Amino acid sequence: MTDLRAASDKFRFGKVARGLHWGMAVLLLGMVGWGFYAAHLNFYDPLYHRALSWHRSMGVLLFGVLLFRIVWRLGQQPAPLPDPMPIWEKQAAHVTHWALYLCMFLLPATGYAVSTADGRGVNVFGLWELPAWLPPDRGRETWMGTLHLAVAILFCLLVFMHVAAAFKHHFINRDGILRRMW
Amino acid sequence: MSKFRFAPSMALACALWAGSSPAWAAEEKYKIDPTHSFVTFSIAHLGYSLLQGRFDTMDGSFSLDTDKAEGASIQVTVATASINSNHAERDKHLRGKEFLDVDKFPQATFQSKRIVEQSGKTTVEGELTLHGVTKPVAFEAKMIGGGPDPWGGFRRGYAGTLRIKRADYGVSYNLGPASEEMELGLYIEGIRQ
Repeated sequence: MTDLRAASDKFRFGKVARGLHWGMAVLLLGMVGWGFYAAHLNFYDPLYHRALSWHRSMGVLLFGVLLFRIVWRLGQQPAPLPDPMPIWEKQAAHVTHWALYLCMFLLPATGYAVSTADGRGVNVFGLWELPAWLPPDRGRETWMGTLHLAVAILFCLLVFMHVAAAFKHHFINRDGILRRMW
Repeated sequence: MSKFRFAPSMALACALWAGSSPAWAAEEKYKIDPTHSFVTFSIAHLGYSLLQGRFDTMDGSFSLDTDKAEGASIQVTVATASINSNHAERDKHLRGKEFLDVDKFPQATFQSKRIVEQSGKTTVEGELTLHGVTKPVAFEAKMIGGGPDPWGGFRRGYAGTLRIKRADYGVSYNLGPASEEMELGLYIEGIRQ
C-alpha cells in the first residue's frame, strides 16, 4: 500500500471514501429539498425554469460521482464494523448501505427517464447535453416521476435509519463507529 | 375496374350535397375517425407567442340530415391524459392537479344541443365539460369537404374553433393576463356508418 491515507484501514475510512460520503450526503439531501422546492415554484418565479435545470444538471453530475464511488468502494476493503456488533446488526447495516446505493442510482436514473420522455436530452449547466438514449415514450414522465418521488422518500427514510444507527452506536454503545467516517 | 363502381356513389354524394334529392335524403350517422381528427388548443405564452397542443386520444360521432341543419348533432370525448404540447415535463404538469387533474377528470366532452344555420353560417351550440365543469358554449363550424373515399367509404370533415376562459372551468393557475383565455380547435373527419 503506497498511500495509506487515501485507502481505508482497520480503524478509519480513507480520505477519498470520507470525502465521497460527506460530500454526497450534503449534495443529495440538498437535492431532495431543492427538488421539492423547484417542483412547487409558480410560473412567475424567477427560478421557475432555472431551479429545475440546476436540479437536472446536479443529478447528472452526482450520477457520475456515484459511478466513481462504487468503483472506489468495490476496489478496496472498507473499514470493518466493530467485532462486538451482533451479526444481525452487521447484516442490517450492509442491507441499508446497499439500499442507499440503489437509491442513489435510481434517483438520477428515474429523473433522466422523466426528462428524456419526449426524446430530448438533458442540458448540464448549459455546458453540455446528455443525449436521450432511451427511445421517446410519452407517458413515461408520469410513472417515472411518481417513482422518482417514491425513491426520494425511501432515500430519506434510509438516511434517517443510517443516522439513527450511527448515533446509537456513538452515544449508547460508544464503540467509536462514527469516528471511522469522521 | 373497381374505379368505376364509385361513379354512382359519387353522383349520390353530389346530389346529397346540393340537397336536391330529398327522395333518399335521410339521417346519416358518422363515426369520427381518430386518425384524421384533432382536438387542439392554442394558448398565449406570456402574450408573446401562441403555444399549440392537442389531445391525442379522442373519440366521437356525429349525425346529420342531408336536408337541413336542424336535427344534426355531434358528440366528442377526449382523454385528458393524452394532452401533448410537445414537451413531456410540461405535459406532466398539465395533467396534474394545478391544471387538468386527469386522475379526477379523465375525460373532457362536448355534446351539441342544437345546430343552427343562418345566413350561410353554421353555429354549433352545446355543452362543454372540462375539469368536471359543464358550461354552455357556441361556436361556428364549417364543412371542409365530404364525399366518397378511395376505399369504399364515405367521409365528411368539419372544422371549428372555440374560445374559452380557463377560470370558467376551474383551471385558474396564473399564467399571466394574456393566457386567461385559450382557444380550442376541433378538426374532425367522420366515416359514414
